[in-house]
Amino acid sequence: MTRNGAMASEALTGGFEDAPRQSARAFRAALEVMARPGEVQKLGDLGAAPAPVSPAAATLLLVLCDPETPVHLAGDHDRPEVRDWITFHCGAPLVARGEAAFGLGTWEALGDLGQYAIGTAEYPDRSATLIVDGAFAAQPVTLVGPGIKESRRAELPAVGPFQANRALFPLGLDFYFCDGATLWALPRTTRVAEGELA
Amino acid sequence: MSVEQIAGEYNFAYLDEQTKRMIRRALLKALAIPGYQVPFASREMPMPYGWGTGGVQISAAIMVPEDRFKVIDQGADDTTNAVSIRRFFEKVAQVETTEKTAEATVIQTRHRIPERDLTEGQVLVYQVPIPEPLRFLEPSEVETRKMHALEEYGLMHVKLYEDIARHGEIATAYAYPVKVEGRYVMDPSPIPKFDNPKLEMAGIQLFGAGREQRIYALPPYCEVVSLDFEDYPFTRMRAEHCCDLCGAEDSYLDEVITDDAGGRMFVCSDTDFCGERRAAGHLGPLGVAESAA
Repeated sequence: MTRNGAMASEALTGGFEDAPRQSARAFRAALEVMARPGEVQKLGDLGAAPAPVSPAAATLLLVLCDPETPVHLAGDHDRPEVRDWITFHCGAPLVARGEAAFGLGTWEALGDLGQYAIGTAEYPDRSATLIVDGAFAAQPVTLVGPGIKESRRAELPAVGPFQANRALFPLGLDFYFCDGATLWALPRTTRVAEGELA
Repeated sequence: MSVEQIAGEYNFAYLDEQTKRMIRRALLKALAIPGYQVPFASREMPMPYGWGTGGVQISAAIMVPEDRFKVIDQGADDTTNAVSIRRFFEKVAQVETTEKTAEATVIQTRHRIPERDLTEGQVLVYQVPIPEPLRFLEPSEVETRKMHALEEYGLMHVKLYEDIARHGEIATAYAYPVKVEGRYVMDPSPIPKFDNPKLEMAGIQLFGAGREQRIYALPPYCEVVSLDFEDYPFTRMRAEHCCDLCGAEDSYLDEVITDDAGGRMFVCSDTDFCGERRAAGHLGPLGVAESAA
């Protein structure tokens, strides 16, 4: 009873106070970073979910997830207080990798990218968006593609998986990277090269 | 009731939050797959189909309270469609509105791209009547979806070829098809083909078709190529005239009939562009100097 009680109170807090306006501002940032891959934005209007979910990731969940979007929680993010929080604030069903519209976890925990939905030839939009939450062992990369004027430098946890994802275009996964209150994105269209371009 | 009272009856930017989330998810996938038409559950809006319900739903889903909103219809800020959509968002989102392209953060447009180059912070929202570029060639949605999946765009080239066979040139003057990032053929909405080169821009471009329930997008600096042939390359088209009011020789012009004796004049379709030029002292053949007006 006490366990449930403590959990419930944590699950009930951390949403937006003024949902229409706060989610509008947060979405605009999410839209802009998806349009300009590699550009980092610091979110002003933040949600707060139980650890280890970062404020930026909690905000994305509040803005994008609802009963229509199955969510997969990977590794350490799959814990009762996070499940309760998502159930209360989003009402999203919690599912296995293959059925998920959104995946949430650290880069290591998200695991084999091949297990997530990449869309179909006729509906490439029916693909998962993965929210990579928290710090990772970073490799310097150069990004080229739509939304980037010439090229942009960024840091990714790996190179090969993102190159393989690009090769699937127009199918493929889209990524958000969250750390604290910061957010950036990598859609399937971005070409990733190791290191810095000469 | 006062405007404030009426505004209090609506959720911010009119749509409910669940609807906005659905549209927002579609917008993100549209940006991730440039030129691909994402299906969305378009809602009934308090205006008829054909009046920009797709554009209005996108504007409502991306709008923040701090936005400055501009609406143009064929380039003009002062037409019925533009005025009513601007007033709609003044009422339901209490956002500032403007007629100046340079000051706007979100611009909703019907059938034009502003003459002034957009910057990285700006979003251009298009109202789209028929989003499917292949629709008049193949009426079946099942078939056109397959054609996009298989990248089977031969029919579109046949259509442009038939233009040449009949008219000696590609006669398509508006809604001129483009290929995005070497993959999807896209209808840029019925903008004049004069505007096609401007589809590669710094701003974010979002396209909404309300009745047809489709959303698509172009991220900034996206490769957008107007379809053509080596021996019949794409050409821009513009009335061979200057603006009679401001004298501009590089803007897109509307022809205005001024009497029933063949009198006519050419004026910039972009009213803000034309007004700015006149304010800066430029004068066309039929223009009246600011001080004299």
